[in-house]
Amino acid sequence: MIWLIVLPLVWASLAFILGPGRGKWLAIGGLALQTVLAFDLATKIGAGGTAVGHLVGGWGAPLGIDLAADGLSAAMLLLTQCIALPLAVYASAYYKRDDAAGSYFWPLAGFLIAGLNALFLSADLFNIYVTLELLGLAAVGLVAAGGGAQQVAAALRYLFATLVGSALYLLGVALIYGAYGTVSISVLTPLVTSEAPRLVWIAGGLMLIGLMLKTALWPFHFWLPPAHGGAPAPVSALLSALVVKASFYLILRLWIGPFAPLIAAAEWLAWLPAALGTLAIFWGSWQAIRAERLKMLIAYSTVAQLGYLFLIFPLLAGAGAIQAGVMQVFAHGLAKAAIFAAAGVLIKATGQDTIAGLAGAVNRVPLTLFTFGLAGMTLMGLPPSSGFLAKWQIIEAALAQGHWPLAVIVLAGGLLAAVYVFRVLRQAFLLAPRNEEATAVSPLLEWPAFVLAAASILLGLRGVELMQLVGIVA
Amino acid sequence: MSSGLLFACVGALLFAMGMAGVMLIAHLLRRILAFNVMGSGAFLILVGLTQRNDVPDPVPQAMVLTGIVVAVAATALALALVRRLHALTGQLELPADDT
Repeated sequence: MIWLIVLPLVWASLAFILGPGRGKWLAIGGLALQTVLAFDLATKIGAGGTAVGHLVGGWGAPLGIDLAADGLSAAMLLLTQCIALPLAVYASAYYKRDDAAGSYFWPLAGFLIAGLNALFLSADLFNIYVTLELLGLAAVGLVAAGGGAQQVAAALRYLFATLVGSALYLLGVALIYGAYGTVSISVLTPLVTSEAPRLVWIAGGLMLIGLMLKTALWPFHFWLPPAHGGAPAPVSALLSALVVKASFYLILRLWIGPFAPLIAAAEWLAWLPAALGTLAIFWGSWQAIRAERLKMLIAYSTVAQLGYLFLIFPLLAGAGAIQAGVMQVFAHGLAKAAIFAAAGVLIKATGQDTIAGLAGAVNRVPLTLFTFGLAGMTLMGLPPSSGFLAKWQIIEAALAQGHWPLAVIVLAGGLLAAVYVFRVLRQAFLLAPRNEEATAVSPLLEWPAFVLAAASILLGLRGVELMQLVGIVA
Repeated sequence: MSSGLLFACVGALLFAMGMAGVMLIAHLLRRILAFNVMGSGAFLILVGLTQRNDVPDPVPQAMVLTGIVVAVAATALALALVRRLHALTGQLELPADDT
């Protein structure tokens, strides 16, 4: 399991040494190996039914760094590699040989994935802080790689947001260490009780706010649309599908782990993220419906879809809520990666980034439009997609616990998603003006996007294994 | 009040001041400096709060060293981006939101 962290670091460093724009075969090979490793880890945890651990270099805590993986982290690792591999194939065709925007894509993407994998495997709060920073800095570098003034401004805005987020988190870690003298999650979990000192409450609040800022939960979403909407398509896909999920994973991990007694002592706390999530669904969908540019529409749709993740917090007392959340992470991750990749193809084929400019796209890139439609189905939550499964589980858990307003919100959000997805599809099916020349698009761009979209649908049929895996929480 | 607690209180003050700076100041260079003040505040709390009977604890010191390395890297990245923005637009402030 250490190789899941070392491999991306190795290929990223080699790609950097090889020079600008090179190293794509190393990256694809490395990612293929990582996918196998992640599958291996998931089957091992699934078969054994327990979490596994690893001491880096044979040194135990507190001197060394402990790694640990349970079902939740194995699922997230699997998702990361399964999205990154098709996107790497996509990016290898997306960037031309001398494209300045792609010159440092491979090293930065490698460090990004190393940061993600390390975050999912980390077993102590301070190590998680370091991986959060590694992740944030690599993501900012990717956003800035476009090179234009707008991208640099978006990157700076993103950088300040992510730095404030991790500083708040670090302050929380400092207070926790001050109170308990340890940062290991497994040691902390039995130590924190509902009679914990005020200091621990403050620490938990600071960490939660910092991570919400990084997850771009409404009203902290201000940095996300310019950063995700302005970056090149492969970068937007990586950021929207994976990077925001990392901080969500962390909130979930802390919520059900060390801070569970605090939340049990004050149950109204769980409604705070749910309320913000509701506002995120409506606000993000409304902005997506109004957006002029295709990638802005998709970026606001991310804001809306992230809202669903926070609806599960009041339901965590009952069964199936974690599974619903993780299923939504998978559904949105796969679908959003597919949609951003498809948008990149549409923009290349039509030469512009406006929704109005999509007219007639159906004749030029039918497969990509099909991809867009499939992934849109997942976002709306139509059966048999994984999005349907996720929303169904949220509704089921909500009704079982008597919280029917949550079910109404989920259904309304699905309708709003349908409005913005059909806005794009309707425009694409309009007749094209004849005099424009169609730009040929490489199949290496179209097929990875299609694979991701198809995976988001097919996962809806094979969700049981995933849910069993997620059920193994340490 | 023990010296450790004094450190922690000053750290909290610095953190709050730095955070206000990052959020309120428009000038990018000063914003980066404010971020560094904020980071130092967090480090002071980490070192100060964990002193028991004025004996320093080595583990948070190692953490602070790691944190300083991260802060230096973040500052360098921010400065590089600000230089790039300055070269492209001639401004040291973020342009107004166009979303």
